Amino acid sequence: MYTWIWRHLPGGLPGKLAGSLLLVLAVSALLLFVVFPWLEPMLPLNEVTVR
Amino acid sequence: MTDPGIRRPRHARPVRRAGLARTAVRGLGQTLITLGVIVLLFVGYEIWVTDQINEGRQSELTQDLRQRWDTGDDPLGAPDRPDGSAAELPLGEGFAFIRIPRFGPDYVRVILEGTDEDKLTEGPGHYPDSALPGEVGNFAMAGHRVGKGSPFLNLDQLGPGDAIIIETRDTWFVYRMLRNEARADPDGVVGQQIVDPGAVEVVEPVPGQPEATPTRSLLTLTTCHPKFSAAQRLIVHAELDGAPLPKSDYPDGPPALTGG
Repeated sequence: MYTWIWRHLPGGLPGKLAGSLLLVLAVSALLLFVVFPWLEPMLPLNEVTVR
Repeated sequence: MTDPGIRRPRHARPVRRAGLARTAVRGLGQTLITLGVIVLLFVGYEIWVTDQINEGRQSELTQDLRQRWDTGDDPLGAPDRPDGSAAELPLGEGFAFIRIPRFGPDYVRVILEGTDEDKLTEGPGHYPDSALPGEVGNFAMAGHRVGKGSPFLNLDQLGPGDAIIIETRDTWFVYRMLRNEARADPDGVVGQQIVDPGAVEVVEPVPGQPEATPTRSLLTLTTCHPKFSAAQRLIVHAELDGAPLPKSDYPDGPPALTGG
């Protein structure tokens, strides 16, 4: 998968590096601000009350 | 470069099969590494990112509450209902500050009404049916241990006699953690205990005795135990120490705030 992405990124080495960085940042942001906040309440990690 | 067709004219099929296997193994490896990185990112999210989000939310709540106090709109000051019972606090509303000098001079958090996850994400939450600050009974709160501002991260490091200070609009309430011997307490309540998640009796007006009528002003903090786990709960009990102190007499906080 990564090989395929690397091959399809345009702009020679500098363009590929910049594109990779951009992709990593975009995926991280998606995980941190959308996926994890949605996922977290479903995990039994943070129960602090007695009930 | 050499033409592969010329280099290996007779082994085309085996080579291709090896190539397929290699692709499969590589794909599996990449997938596993990717999952590992995602898990690491999630741990970082739990520990740091939620703390950052919580810090912003707590400073908003702090501003809101101070402003409401200044304008005479104290959430705790709502008039009693027609039948004479005290008005309930609206869920999610910040109504007091908690300070624990043992956790450092800067440790202060807004306490919100309610113990649902969306409240606890913002700060320590008050069990709605439990007493209010200074009242006879048990003023009980839950708070996160790791992440979401980690208000109760070091609850296990509190010792008997340590101060837990509650600030309302006009008053300081100084609670002190109880001793750890049940025999030393008239109701058999200990300073710190570790219980099962279903041990609701710890937030009863008299902890551990659901039927008893309270005569003392206690405070209870609950959080998860061990850290990062939901297996058990860490509980700290404290008792109001002396009379409530008017803020007009102690504008910079009670002596207990600076180790008195």
